[in-house]
Amino acid sequence: MADRSSRDRDGVIDAYAEAFARFTGNGGGHGPAELLARRREAFDRFATAGFPTSRDEEWRFTPLTPLARTEWRLDGSSAAPSPAADLLAPFQFGRPDWTTLVFVNGRFDSRLSHQPSPDAGVVVESLAGALERDPALLSRIQATPFTELNSAFARDGAFVRVSAGASLSDPIHLLFVTTAEARGAASHPRTALQVERGARAQFVESYVSLDGTGYFTNAVTDVVVGEGAWVEHSRIQRESERAYHIGYTQVEQARDSHYRSFTLAMGGAIARHDLRARLSAENVETLLYGLYLARGEQLVDNHTVIFHDQPNCRSWEVYKGILDGKSHAVFNGKVLVQPEAQKTDAKQTNRNLLLSDGAKVDTKPQLEIFADDVKCTHGATVGRLDEAAYFYLQSRGIPRAAARQLLTYAFAAEVVGEVASAPVREALDVLIRQRLGGGD
Amino acid sequence: MGPNGSGKSTLAQVLAGHPAYTVTAGSVRFEGQDLLDMEPEERAQAGIFLAFQYPVEIAGVTNAYFLRAAYNQIRKARGEEELDPIDFLDRLEEKLRLVDWGPEIMQRAVNSGFSGGEKKRNEILQMAVLEPKLAILDETDSGLDIDALRIVADGVNSLRRPDRATIVVTHYQRLLDYIIPDRVHVLADGRIVKSGGKELALELEAKGYEWLTGVPEIATA
Repeated sequence: MADRSSRDRDGVIDAYAEAFARFTGNGGGHGPAELLARRREAFDRFATAGFPTSRDEEWRFTPLTPLARTEWRLDGSSAAPSPAADLLAPFQFGRPDWTTLVFVNGRFDSRLSHQPSPDAGVVVESLAGALERDPALLSRIQATPFTELNSAFARDGAFVRVSAGASLSDPIHLLFVTTAEARGAASHPRTALQVERGARAQFVESYVSLDGTGYFTNAVTDVVVGEGAWVEHSRIQRESERAYHIGYTQVEQARDSHYRSFTLAMGGAIARHDLRARLSAENVETLLYGLYLARGEQLVDNHTVIFHDQPNCRSWEVYKGILDGKSHAVFNGKVLVQPEAQKTDAKQTNRNLLLSDGAKVDTKPQLEIFADDVKCTHGATVGRLDEAAYFYLQSRGIPRAAARQLLTYAFAAEVVGEVASAPVREALDVLIRQRLGGGD
Repeated sequence: MGPNGSGKSTLAQVLAGHPAYTVTAGSVRFEGQDLLDMEPEERAQAGIFLAFQYPVEIAGVTNAYFLRAAYNQIRKARGEEELDPIDFLDRLEEKLRLVDWGPEIMQRAVNSGFSGGEKKRNEILQMAVLEPKLAILDETDSGLDIDALRIVADGVNSLRRPDRATIVVTHYQRLLDYIIPDRVHVLADGRIVKSGGKELALELEAKGYEWLTGVPEIATA
């Protein structure tokens, strides 16, 4: 708490407190008293903790000072006109008939959303309504100052419930769009995905920008995977390269469930995503795949924690990064195996490809194992493209620049190939080829 | 042909433009062009093909994508139109038959997890698709069983035309039962020490290399 005095001196938290008072006064306080009480509790915890600093081990490599010092418009009072639908076309995902919920600058936009009649047993709605019914949704996550800030200010987002035994016929796309009007504003999208016993669902969660402006997205996603349920969750972060993106995903898995995620991070000036998966019952399978692409002076930070609380669970994690320019990547992956969690099978891999001399990576895989009968491995690599592969491709007539694109794409393709849903995988493939400049 | 360390593979690599080699003396001309002045891809586009002794595994790129990219680059360099995936597949079918493969091999990553024999077959498939003017096979026969050897030989023989040439680098005469050479050159210590017709290969098989090099050869793999 040594930094509190400096924080007070800067008046950073005071500004947030004023914004919170305005927010709760002008509609953010809408709903039952309990909701407001929970927001207030969250705000108080945020105000007590303040923003993390580089002295905080979890935030060592990710400088937050510019984010903390910026006076963001926090209360969401500047509602933007809804953008023309064709501006969103490049960010649509998969097929146009998929359920797509569009949020513009943090607010649900029904005109831009596409909501065919839902599959039997499936509820899809904006979070604002769900929060009024169930304010406790806000308190399921108390993890970091940012998640508290989100709980205090979260106004909207998506709520999806797939009832026991139900099945989504197609993925649901949650599209969070930021427009030019959001310049200098913060948004706190909040998503709750509840997949009940034996149900099956696929989600795509995208964060995109229609404008290269600077703003702050502070997103929280809360995923509950019921007994025997199967969930695939793809998270695509392609914010403006001048934006700050802080994301937090919490996953809770019941017995016999399967959760697989694919996390793509390619936007943001500073982008951080925390993914915490709790394997809280036996025979759970968790597959976490990630890809981060950074260039220029981007900083991309991925923190994952896998909690092996119970026996006979399997987790498999592969995160890969491709870094160009003077970009900087941070990977921190923790696998925590509790004494009860015998027969745990956990493997974690982080591989990084540096395309320039100026790019750098800080990678820290961590295994903390308190059980004795487990199979756990981890590994991290940082390297460059293989000269032997270059020569092989060149000897077949492929110019060096094209060979570089091909090999870079190949490095990424290995992990994209793990996405189970074919249309999602194909759309990701196109997106990644475009970004890496590989053409078709 | 030639004993180990005689410079056979070095010659093959230098012709293909391997960056690890710097040519300090001499020149190489290919169809009037100074080969040593060209990038590896330019040599390939000019019609040179090296079948690698140790083909490289490229995870994440399918054989289909790789081969079409190579084929189209070479066509582009010749001023020809690129083929779309469908037309390319048609063309590929006939070449696949040549190496006795079905189309499923094209969806596997380039050489990834291929057996030694499969890798060599893949080199021959690439050669058959790219139709080089000069193919250089660097010990493509090493480690192959008799069936695989036949496939390699069929690939080479199918490409034989008066306007195309093949340099077959080999340590043993065995491959030459299937590919009948027009000329045999023996390399020792970086120089051609003897040249002759196909019968020279048989003579080498019977007598070894010692009579040409003056150095007793130590048994090798």
